[in-house]
Amino acid sequence: MTRVLWWVYSSAALFGILSLLAFATADGAWLARVPANDHQKTNPYQGQAEAISAGRNIFVEHCAHCHGENAEGTKKRPPLRSSRVQQEASMGDLHWLLYNGNMKKGMPSWAKLPDPQLWQLVTYLKSLQQ
Amino acid sequence: MKHLRAWILLFAGAWPLAAQERPYFVTYSHEMEEPGNLEIEMFNAAGTPKGANSFLGSTLELGYGVKTWWTSEFYLDGQSTANDSTIFTGFRWENRFRPLMGEHWINPVLYVEFENTAADKALREVVGHDGNADFADPNAVAREEHEREMELKLILGSNFRGFNLSENIIAEKNLANEPWEFGYSWAVSRPLKLAASAHKCAFCAERFQAGVEMYGGLGDRYSFGLNQTSHYFGPTLNWSAPGGTTFSFSPQFGLNDYSIPRLYRFAVSYEIEQFFARLRGER
Repeated sequence: MTRVLWWVYSSAALFGILSLLAFATADGAWLARVPANDHQKTNPYQGQAEAISAGRNIFVEHCAHCHGENAEGTKKRPPLRSSRVQQEASMGDLHWLLYNGNMKKGMPSWAKLPDPQLWQLVTYLKSLQQ
Repeated sequence: MKHLRAWILLFAGAWPLAAQERPYFVTYSHEMEEPGNLEIEMFNAAGTPKGANSFLGSTLELGYGVKTWWTSEFYLDGQSTANDSTIFTGFRWENRFRPLMGEHWINPVLYVEFENTAADKALREVVGHDGNADFADPNAVAREEHEREMELKLILGSNFRGFNLSENIIAEKNLANEPWEFGYSWAVSRPLKLAASAHKCAFCAERFQAGVEMYGGLGDRYSFGLNQTSHYFGPTLNWSAPGGTTFSFSPQFGLNDYSIPRLYRFAVSYEIEQFFARLRGER
């Protein structure tokens, strides 16, 4: 009986710890997973008006249906005007997220888009803070 | 009334749609359907086998992104043979699973399919000793032989500098106690331009993807290899129209006497984003 109770309490404790970990790693946890090299990558299109315009077109075509027409977020998907995206994340971080996705959280990988288009998209997203 | 409006909007195509299809007809890339999206695609293969009537094999595909790592697809197949008949040939149900989260140098995807077909001429894959001779029987004879098959594929895909390279290793088992049959396919493609244009345009180079595709049989469990197997190779091209419709075309050439000399493949696909959310009127 004691052994059964021990297993019940251990399982409950393990479940609790895992739940806490899952909660703690939700949302912005992807930022912590970005390798240093990717974090420091520079955007070849940074600040270019044409890239912002092209990035806007890509956003409307591929991203707006989840994140809202103006990146304001929808019922189930986060806004991209948040401080996490605009201040905490570097351009390299956003490029890494687009390339790899955050599949467990429902964000697909966009590696099927060529690299220049991913950078154009990042340029557009970062332009939203202005 | 709300549902009626949703259905009308759904089929009137009133939403901006997106598609970034690879121009492949047999080969699968590792890229999955986006979660919630429904893709409707019509594949066609036309050919004239040696000593047999010309045919047009067609497949209607409904593909749904269940999760970022799980895509499920249902197919209805049919074919029309000159001087013969037009028949429904069966259905397929496939599921693709992506075991590794994130993008790697080589990305594996596991594929499982069940199919129940007879007299199929869609040529969605070539395995075992499939070849020109399979197309010689009249439809009335060919449809007597039902093929209930389980098909497994290992899909490997890589993206590098705008190129996509995909390889498929195929194992198929007819459940009527026939041996495992094997096949392969590979394809490579690239958009004609990597960066997007600043203005909206229908015929910008980045909306076109070009590449090559090759596939063929590898015999079966008792006679593995290239002996008496058919193989095909050809260029392939697609165009993603602004409305979300993608048109693909590929002339493919049989590489030996066992193959059909030429195949002409064309496909039209249409993607509905967040299908069920739209039906519920949430978008």
